[in-house]
Amino acid sequence: MNQTNKSPLQQTAPPLYQVNKPYVTASFEIKYHQIIDADGAVVGPIPDFARQPEQLIKLYQAMYLTRQFDHKAILLQRRGQLGTYASSLGQEAIGTAIGYTMQADDVLLPAYREYAAQFLRGVSMTEILLYWGGNEQGMNFQAQKHDFPINVPIASQTSHAVGVAYAMQLRQQARVAVCVLGDGATSKGDFYEAINAAGNWKLPVVFVINNNHWAISLPRQKQSHAKTLAQKAIAAGISGEQVDGNDVIAMQFRLDKALNKARNGHGPSVIEALSYRLGDHTTADDATRYRSKDELEQNWKYEPLSRLHHYLTNMGYWSKHHDQQLEKNTQHLVESAVQEYLNTPAQAPESMFDYLYQSLPESLQEQRQSVIQRHQGHA
Amino acid sequence: MPEITLVDAVNMGLMHEMAADPDVVVLGEDIGLNGGVFRATDGLQKKFGHQRVLDTPLAESLIAGMSIGMAAEGLKPVAEIQFLGFVYSAIDQIINHAARLRNRTRGRLSCPMVLRVPFGGGIHAPEHHSESTEAIFAHIPGIRVVIPSSPLRAYGLLLSAIRDPDPVIFLEPKRIYRLVKQRVEDDGEALPLDVCFVLREGSDVTLVSWGAMIHETMMAAEQLQQAGVSAEVIDVATIKPLDINTILESVDKTGRCVIIHEAPRTCGVAAEIAAQLAEKGLLSLFAPIERVTGYDTIMPLFNLEQQYMPDVNSIMAAAKRTLEDT
Repeated sequence: MNQTNKSPLQQTAPPLYQVNKPYVTASFEIKYHQIIDADGAVVGPIPDFARQPEQLIKLYQAMYLTRQFDHKAILLQRRGQLGTYASSLGQEAIGTAIGYTMQADDVLLPAYREYAAQFLRGVSMTEILLYWGGNEQGMNFQAQKHDFPINVPIASQTSHAVGVAYAMQLRQQARVAVCVLGDGATSKGDFYEAINAAGNWKLPVVFVINNNHWAISLPRQKQSHAKTLAQKAIAAGISGEQVDGNDVIAMQFRLDKALNKARNGHGPSVIEALSYRLGDHTTADDATRYRSKDELEQNWKYEPLSRLHHYLTNMGYWSKHHDQQLEKNTQHLVESAVQEYLNTPAQAPESMFDYLYQSLPESLQEQRQSVIQRHQGHA
Repeated sequence: MPEITLVDAVNMGLMHEMAADPDVVVLGEDIGLNGGVFRATDGLQKKFGHQRVLDTPLAESLIAGMSIGMAAEGLKPVAEIQFLGFVYSAIDQIINHAARLRNRTRGRLSCPMVLRVPFGGGIHAPEHHSESTEAIFAHIPGIRVVIPSSPLRAYGLLLSAIRDPDPVIFLEPKRIYRLVKQRVEDDGEALPLDVCFVLREGSDVTLVSWGAMIHETMMAAEQLQQAGVSAEVIDVATIKPLDINTILESVDKTGRCVIIHEAPRTCGVAAEIAAQLAEKGLLSLFAPIERVTGYDTIMPLFNLEQQYMPDVNSIMAAAKRTLEDT
C-alpha cells in the first residue's frame, strides 16, 4: 500500500495485537570488511581504484605526511612551542580515506584526530599548528570554507552533521556530510539523537567511528556491552558495518560506497573503523598509567602505514629510492609549515571581541577599548 | 487591523519571515500539524510544507545542534524548545557551539539561528514548566537573549532575531501569551535589538523589568501615579547584551531604581543592572537600589506559585522604600 499520498491523520495504525505467539520482528548482522591484512597480503577483492599504483601512492604519501606532522607536533609540544596536542598516531588511514573519498563541496565535521582528511581537503599544517598553538586563526581555514572546525566536546558534532545534511537535502544538492567521532562518543546521547534523526529523514550523512579502542583511559570493552559499535546504527534504522580502519584500501572502498549511497538519496550510514590509538590520548596524557606495554607492542603490528608499504613493495610499485625521496619531500613540507607557524604573531588582544558578533554591540565597546589600553600599558 | 495576542504576534512574525526569506526554516517538537503546544507555529506547515516546518524527534540537544549545522550552511533556523525547563539538555550545543562558532572560526562560519523558548510561571503548569532562568544565558558571550513583553514587541523583536546574523535565545513569557491584545500591523518592520524600551516616562523612580513582569510593573506604575509618585518604566527587552545607558539616563533623572524579575534573586539579571548602576550611576542615586525578584528557592508547584512570584504590591512597596527619607 502506498501511503505517501495520505496525510498522517488518514493513515491507519497497523493492528498491534493480532499475533499471539512469539516471532522474530527484527534481526541484524554486522559485516566486517578488510582487503589488505597486517602483512600486506590481499584477503579481499581489490577495488578498481586500488589497481592504479599512483592512487595507492597518493594514499601512502598522505598517511606518511600525517605521521611525520604528528611526530613533529609532539616534539614542538615537548619543547614548549605548542600547547596540548591530540595525536592521530596509528589512525592515519581513517582520515586519509575520508579526505581522499570526499568531494570538494562535501562537508567534513571532524572530532580532533582527522588531520589526514583535513590536509587532503585543503587545510594547511600551519593552520592545525596554530590551533593547538593557541591561535583561533587556525580554524579560519583559508582554502576550505565549509568544513567544520575541530570539535573538542565529545559527540556534539554529530547533530551539527544532521543539520548540515538537512540543509543539503532541503536544497536538493548532491552533497554529503561526513562526521567523524571516536569510540567514546558512541556512549553519548548526542550520537544516538543524531543517528536516529539522520535515519528518520534519510539524510545524506556518513558517520565514521574511529574506534581506536580507548576513550582516554577507558578501554573499548568497558565502554559498552555491545559486541560492535556499528550495530548501534541498527537501532536508528540505518546501515552499520565494521571496516579495518588500518586498511586504507578497505576504508576508501567502503566509504566510497557509503558516500555514493548518501549522495544518491539513499540515506545515511555508520562505519565503525577499527583502529588503535598508538599514542597517548593527548600530550597531556600518560597512557602508561593504564595501558600495558605488551598491548601497545602487539598493536604496532597492525598499524596502517607498514601494511600499505608492504603491499606497494610486494606489487613492485615502491622501492627504497621512493622512501628516501618521500622522506626528504615530507620533511621539507613539515619544516616549512612549522616555520610559518612559529613566525605567525599572536593576534591583537582586541581580536577576542572582534568575532563575537558580526558587529560588536555598543555595550562591549568599553571593554574592547580597555583591553587595547591594557596592552598598550604593557607594551 | 484586528487586535492580536502575543502568541499570535509570534505566529505572524514567523509567517512573515518564512514568506519573505526562503532560507528560514522552523523546527521543533510538535510544531507542525499540531502547531506547537502553545500554537505559536499554527498553520506554518500547511503553508510552507513539512520540509521547511519540521517536526523533530523528541531530542532537545539535537534540535539545537542541528540548527547550528543548518545555520552554518546558510539556512536561518528558528527552533522551538517546548519549555525552558527542557532546554538544559541543549545547553552544551548553545554554549559550546552556537555562541562560539563565529569566534572560533574567526568569522569563517557563523550561526544565525533563533531558539524560541516559552518561559516563566503563572499558568498552573506541571513541574519543570515554570522557571525563569534567563540569567544562565545572559552570562554567555556570543549570544543575544531577547524577551518580548507585548504583541507589538514580540512581532518586531522576533523579526530582528530571525534577521540577526548571530544566535538569539528568544524567551517568550507564556503567562502573557494571551493576556493582552494589541493592534499589530504585519508590515515586516523590525524593532531594534540591544536597546531598552521606555514604556512610560516618569520623574520620581525608575522601574526596570522585562517579560511577563512588565505587566505587573506597569500596573504598579499606574497605582503609584494615583498615590502621587511618577514612575518611569523600562522594558529591558534584550537582556544580553545589556543597554545600560538607557537605564542610566533614566536613573540620572529619577535618582531611584527598582528592578523587577521573576527569576531567583542571586546572580539574577537585576544583580548585573544594579552593579552597573553602582559603577556608573552611584552619584545619581538618592536611595539604595531595590530588587523585587523571585526567591532563591526551587520554583514551587502551582499551589504556591503566586506566593513565589513578585506582585504589584511588592513592586509598589519597593518603590515607596526608595522614596522614604529622600
